[in-house]
Amino acid sequence: MAKQTIEITVNGDRYEVAIDPWRSLAEVLREDLRLTGTKIGCNQGDCGACTVLINGRSVSSCLTLAVEAHQREVTTIEGLAKSPQELHPIQEAFVEKGAVQCGFCTGGMIMSAKQLLDKNPQPTETEIRQGLSGNLCRCTGYNKIVEAIGDAARRLAPAGEGK
Amino acid sequence: MATPHFTVHQPATLEEALDLLGRHRASVKLLAGGTDLIMKLRGGAMSADHLVSLNRVGGLNRINYQDEDGLVLGAGARISDVAAHPDVRKHYPALAHACSVMATTQIRNMGTVAGNLANAAPSADTAAPLLAYRGSVVLVERGGRRQVKLEEFFKGPGLTVLEPMEILEAIRVPVPPGRAGSSYLRLSARSQVDIAAVGVAGFLALDLDGCMMGVRLACASVAPTPVRCPEAEAMLEGQRPDPRLLARAAVACVRAARPIDDLRATANYRRAMVQVLAGRVLQKCLSMAQGGAQ
Repeated sequence: MAKQTIEITVNGDRYEVAIDPWRSLAEVLREDLRLTGTKIGCNQGDCGACTVLINGRSVSSCLTLAVEAHQREVTTIEGLAKSPQELHPIQEAFVEKGAVQCGFCTGGMIMSAKQLLDKNPQPTETEIRQGLSGNLCRCTGYNKIVEAIGDAARRLAPAGEGK
Repeated sequence: MATPHFTVHQPATLEEALDLLGRHRASVKLLAGGTDLIMKLRGGAMSADHLVSLNRVGGLNRINYQDEDGLVLGAGARISDVAAHPDVRKHYPALAHACSVMATTQIRNMGTVAGNLANAAPSADTAAPLLAYRGSVVLVERGGRRQVKLEEFFKGPGLTVLEPMEILEAIRVPVPPGRAGSSYLRLSARSQVDIAAVGVAGFLALDLDGCMMGVRLACASVAPTPVRCPEAEAMLEGQRPDPRLLARAAVACVRAARPIDDLRATANYRRAMVQVLAGRVLQKCLSMAQGGAQ
């Protein structure tokens, strides 16, 4: 079967790749574009390690066919910070709060946190936990991650609105 | 898991999609959110040489409410968008609730309500509230369209009345009457991410005399398809709300259930919980219809 050529914008960079149409976006990001911050854990849409944003919405890239991302904008963990020299405020909060242990879930966790805070800049603890319900972590017990996201919300709040 | 191989077609119009379905009829599946389909293809539960994606068909993701016609959800309407839509939240709160508690953010951003119905899982979270709201599905094929009541749509686990060359184009839900209440409750041992072990939805309105009318109750995960509870509905229709009557109707709901034992719950537990949830759903519907908080 013929490969399909797709154009995708990932983290602001345009790529044109010829791919087998049955391959997932997660595979193409990792293997063709060498963006390995997106992880493949369960490969069935349960664990959230593969979470990326397509046109600003979080999806499981392991269940998304790469051809469906044709002419869409994808944001991965590599594209969250403004430049390679700095971290995004959510990433800073994860580092400072000790929310990273083995790190495998972290990229997906941060992308889900980004989705949550884009929609709800001041979430309650319950809302944070619900926002992370599609992301599994086997190390931290989640508390540090929840704290980090609360902290990130304060960092991202416009001056004067932070609590 | 063996990697399935297939070609993906991405038509821009419904006509093209119908043409592609016809052209590849020997081995074709429709793709919308993909959250069920891709898993079934990878797991070998389904196979197809061709996928026809609905994700670039113009206008298919519409969510439109009008006071005369009610709600129309296009086949591409994502579960998360339905959950957040102000008209859905206002007029169909049980549907909005089902769409906000099922699965995960990522899956809700991908999956469609139409796909949840067409996939025909006995546990489909959107099916019970849509049954309670008297929803229908609009099915289109090259020859024309037909509208099928949701209660006539499901035929068994994974089975519907959809013909191989038909596309579920939209879901239509009539305008609920005034002084109405509705609710959907689900139970799962492992919170919302897991498939519901039991789900019960209800709808009722109150007439000028305060009698119940238009009562609908529906259950998911307790029979081969999502089911209505006609006996319980008939017990309540035209009656004055009374706690003992509501409790008897909740018991009657159990008789609509034909549950099985599986890894999520036993049949006995499901029967017991249908009664509990139906009782709570009816209470909630009644207090909403009487002007209480949602």
